Amino acid sequence: MVEASGTLTRRLLLWLLLAPALVWLLGLILLPHLDLALLSFRERTGPGEYAYSLAQYRTFFAEPLYWDVFVRTAVISLIATAITLLIAFPIAWTIAKLTQGRVSALLFAVCLIPFWVSETVRTLGWMILLRETGVLPGVLVSLGVTDAPVEMLYRDATILVGLVYTSLLFMVVPLYSSLESLDDSLIEAAYDLGGNGWTVLRTIVIPHAAPGITAGCIVVFMLTLGNYLTASLLGGKNSLWFTEQIYTQFITRFNWEQGAAFGFLLLLLSSLMVWIGLRLSGQKFADVMSRS
Amino acid sequence: MIPSLPRPLWLRVATVVFVAAFLVFLFLPLVTVAAFAFNDAAYPAPPWQGFTLDWFTGDESKGRTGLFKDQELMGSILTSLLVAAWVTLLSVVVGTTNAFLMERMRFRGQGLLSLMMLIPLVIPGVILGISILAFASRVADLLGDVFGWEAEFLRPGLPLVVLGQVSYLIAISTLTISARLKRFDRTLEEAAYNLGASRPAVLATITLPYLRPAMIGSAAIVFLMSFENFNTTLMLVGADSPLTVMMYGRMRDGATPVLNAVSVFLMVASAAIALLLMRGGAQGRR
Repeated sequence: MVEASGTLTRRLLLWLLLAPALVWLLGLILLPHLDLALLSFRERTGPGEYAYSLAQYRTFFAEPLYWDVFVRTAVISLIATAITLLIAFPIAWTIAKLTQGRVSALLFAVCLIPFWVSETVRTLGWMILLRETGVLPGVLVSLGVTDAPVEMLYRDATILVGLVYTSLLFMVVPLYSSLESLDDSLIEAAYDLGGNGWTVLRTIVIPHAAPGITAGCIVVFMLTLGNYLTASLLGGKNSLWFTEQIYTQFITRFNWEQGAAFGFLLLLLSSLMVWIGLRLSGQKFADVMSRS
Repeated sequence: MIPSLPRPLWLRVATVVFVAAFLVFLFLPLVTVAAFAFNDAAYPAPPWQGFTLDWFTGDESKGRTGLFKDQELMGSILTSLLVAAWVTLLSVVVGTTNAFLMERMRFRGQGLLSLMMLIPLVIPGVILGISILAFASRVADLLGDVFGWEAEFLRPGLPLVVLGQVSYLIAISTLTISARLKRFDRTLEEAAYNLGASRPAVLATITLPYLRPAMIGSAAIVFLMSFENFNTTLMLVGADSPLTVMMYGRMRDGATPVLNAVSVFLMVASAAIALLLMRGGAQGRR
């Protein structure tokens, strides 16, 4: 047996294996976030002098712009998550239950392909498609739908399209794996007992897929909330996103205290949503994460 | 397929239409990007002006800077490759030690630690970036004040980008490699010990070869995610921009189709990695 080599080497081995994990979790996750929290609770009172205060958070609530952008980001992220779920569910269902063998595997692989390509490239595609001199406005003119090319970028609906597009994979995969494990005979039995499509969906399919739905929604919401690229390129200047505010404070204005407070608020919102998602579906964090 | 499901004709037609529309939605942006890389026009916009390879090979003589002559872009690709190589190395090594730590060791606080290892996955990338930026510069200030060291690598720049990306990519490599180690049949190791093999020999000839598919798989995924990372990188970048940050800057200013050319290059590269990975995966599953 293994433990023949004694407890001392065993201890040494434990610490050797523990060291990289601790350096990672303490040095790159825990301490930086504690530092961020400390940073957000201080105020510059003079050159090189700082005092603890709630000034950064007060600014956030007092300045309507920041508050509006925060709420806007949260609401659009929620809408994007809901739309992603509505689009992804039928696709996952089709792959898991309506097709089989090669067709199913092929469809699944095809759904994954776009996500192997960088988000930058995908966003470039949407820009070329939607801008005023782009492909879709041109098509609309030649079809006679509009008289002159319409600017389709820089609208809330455009951000939604971009966000949903970027998020689809993270919804389809967990939904597929939870639907795949649903025993077909359960559905057949439900129909035999007189259930119709809607009741079967509501009482059999959705409860079974709940872990997958939760996992997908949590990941998608978090990713859209923290998105920078899609929101800032498709949204343009007048449709602000909260991560852009963080960037402005941190990098452009070099106001780290304010930026840290904003970052912490975003982290709080994101964690709160994860917690609510887990609560509503009665899932454990570890189970959900290992699914996605 | 569930044969006994009552599926009326309209539903079957609707399904096919929906899936087809979904696929168009998925591929439309990619096809568009690729197509305009070959359009003979100064900007990536319709109408179609004819086929050209200028945006790949063009130089001063044609008045267009193609991808291969664009020093800035080529440099940023190299930067991204360098960052991704370091990130992959660190993530796979730490992911492997983490897998052994969580699957083979028993110690107090293990449950808490395994939960902590998942947390980086639910922190938005921008926040990982700013927290590491702020903490690293605090440490650098401290080193400067106390020891008089110039800890240049803790200021915005490539080493910090590597640390930022590694902070959440280790979580992914840990999950992948642990999952495979969990399925390992330990009687194989015991048999080797009974036959007189030493601990390092068993590790090198039995356990690590078994883990290899998971290590290669997570290396490919981590490499790709590092190469494509934008959120965390943007916050930590210094003078040398990786490709995604460079592309972002140019996209804001209205870029020439040379960006489409880079994109085509990226698509081909990603497809190659994906194929490699699928082959490796098929072999790994016996």
